[in-house]
Amino acid sequence: MLKIKDLHASIDDKEILKGINLEVKAGEVHAIMGPNGSGKSTLSAVIAGKEEFEVTQGSVELDGDDLDEVAPEERAHKGVFLSFQYPVEIPGVSVTNFIKTAINESRKARGLEEMPANEMLKMIREKSELLDIDRKFLSRSLNEGFSGGEKKRNEIFQMAMLEPKLAILDETDSGLDIDALRIVANGVNKLKSKDNAVIVITHYQRLLEYIVPDFVHVLHNGKIVKSGGKELALELEEKGYDWIKNEAVV
Amino acid sequence: MDLKDKLISSFMAFESNVDIEHPVHDVRTEAMKNFEMKGFPSKKEEAWKYTSLKNLQKVDFSIFPKEENALEYKQVKKYFLHEVDTYKIVFIDGIYSSYLSETTHDGVDICLMSSALTKPMYKPVVDVYFNKVASKDESLTTLNTAFSREGAYIYIPKNKMPKKPVEIIHFATGNEASLMLQPRNLIIAEENSELQVIERHQSLTSNEVLTNSVTEIFAADSAIVDYYKIQNDSENASLIDNTYIDQKGKSNVSVHTFSFGGKLIRNNLNFYQNGEHIESTMKGVTILGNKQHVDHHTLVHHIEPNCESHQDYKGIYGENATGVFNGKIIVDKIAQKTNAFQQNNNILVSDKATINTKPQLEIFADDVKCSHGCTIGQLDEDALFYLQSRGIPQKEARALLMYAFANNVLESVRIPEVKARINKLIAKKLGVSLGFDL
Repeated sequence: MLKIKDLHASIDDKEILKGINLEVKAGEVHAIMGPNGSGKSTLSAVIAGKEEFEVTQGSVELDGDDLDEVAPEERAHKGVFLSFQYPVEIPGVSVTNFIKTAINESRKARGLEEMPANEMLKMIREKSELLDIDRKFLSRSLNEGFSGGEKKRNEIFQMAMLEPKLAILDETDSGLDIDALRIVANGVNKLKSKDNAVIVITHYQRLLEYIVPDFVHVLHNGKIVKSGGKELALELEEKGYDWIKNEAVV
Repeated sequence: MDLKDKLISSFMAFESNVDIEHPVHDVRTEAMKNFEMKGFPSKKEEAWKYTSLKNLQKVDFSIFPKEENALEYKQVKKYFLHEVDTYKIVFIDGIYSSYLSETTHDGVDICLMSSALTKPMYKPVVDVYFNKVASKDESLTTLNTAFSREGAYIYIPKNKMPKKPVEIIHFATGNEASLMLQPRNLIIAEENSELQVIERHQSLTSNEVLTNSVTEIFAADSAIVDYYKIQNDSENASLIDNTYIDQKGKSNVSVHTFSFGGKLIRNNLNFYQNGEHIESTMKGVTILGNKQHVDHHTLVHHIEPNCESHQDYKGIYGENATGVFNGKIIVDKIAQKTNAFQQNNNILVSDKATINTKPQLEIFADDVKCSHGCTIGQLDEDALFYLQSRGIPQKEARALLMYAFANNVLESVRIPEVKARINKLIAKKLGVSLGFDL
């Protein structure tokens, strides 16, 4: 599904990603871990198409299509979803209206009619129940005055509504208490299927107890320095990142 | 002949059509003297540094329309707030249209300035209020005072509230190649009364129109007045709006100004707080493009203790549009415990658009809370990316962000139909239809 080959990306002439190779197949869950400043969020932003970052070398392919120069909205239409670490507040636009707009824009791009209102309503009901979201919450302005946990839950709600092929969860666990973490993880697990894939980006191992990865990659200084199974996350938790850093130097 | 000379000579013609024995005419004559002396303000004056009236003065404006004009309701329905029942005071080329209007004397007076200025029954009120809060030396205000004859007259007695909001609408038909209008409004809300007003100036053609309007509002103790100005006029229509508000204790007056179109708009909005526990609110949304120009000059004078004022102006300027915000707050020495807030945020969506923003605080009391802030920026790139990453195309994402930017100004709009109308105008101005009703 996703093939990243020798990806180099920079911002303001400063190279952040220095040759990333990663392949994610349908049905897989990948975790990308690493210390602060290792390039985790940059990698997720580059996959989603943030224009501030310049890809200087290598490629990102989705289902065999090179995503170079593809606008973020077109990537979304192709099935890429990025859950933001810091979702943006949009006063005056309710969660429901926002998600309606997002869904219908994607449908328009695929040459489909707008989703009928009753179908939309049914879907909103199902997905909000899945994430234990109060219906009243949906009529509030998007992210405005939301707590950290509400923002993250709302991100996963949008993911559930948009049904992406590839979901990237950027630090979705930060700012969540253990109950909220469980609800969010539970939601992600229910949305997982053999046809879609998830990349979980996290600093801590905590989230991976709930969303169990098939592969764990350690990012350091813009490169994947170690890959392994889910046990790698536990090892990192135990030994800290210094161990990886030292090993990388050797 | 330039416009000033033309106005001076027109004053004599004007005098032959009004009762010069009426005491109001002394006020007019005095005002005319002031205008003769001062003339139009020039860019040399600090208050007019960024707004030039020079080109307008070269236009050969008709000062009095030659004939009465009629309009069919269906021609102009869209300019009314037709989703809700309202009282209407409608003028066509400066002349009252009884056909399009709906006035009342049922417990409240919602009628015409021309009646108020001529009929004996209104004289006691006119004597007390007319030209009492309007400036006696600001030249454009005095020009309007000199020619004051027609406009809206609203009197709400103690404890009363009209059954519906009042719309004051001025249409210019374009029958004159270029027309100057000088409406004069007098609005009095007595103790504990309530009033909602929507004002609009609309030119129906691309002919040149210049409106120099003066509105005096008096809010007595505990009165509540909400005033909405919809400025979405044609490309050759200019408006100089001079609004003066006198507030007494515990009164609450808000003015919302929505500036979406016109050639040149100058809003002089002046609040005087003559009592304690007063609330004054000034809010504005400006969305301009082309070569449009808007200049918001606000003044709040805190004269007594324990009062509040809130100002929040948002501007979105595209193409070659230019904007000015000048917010003056005066807090007198006696006006302790004043809370005065002022905010002006602007987004420039084109490299050629400009905004000049200036807070002006003169605080003489020591126990006050005053805050002000102004920002000029572009749209937040991170926010744009967030929306795009959800599949919303860049153009729609930009519109949505601009909508969100302007939105909090609408929160205080208390007439739902006005809010809905403004929402639609904003969406239309931003040139997109979103997937839902804003």
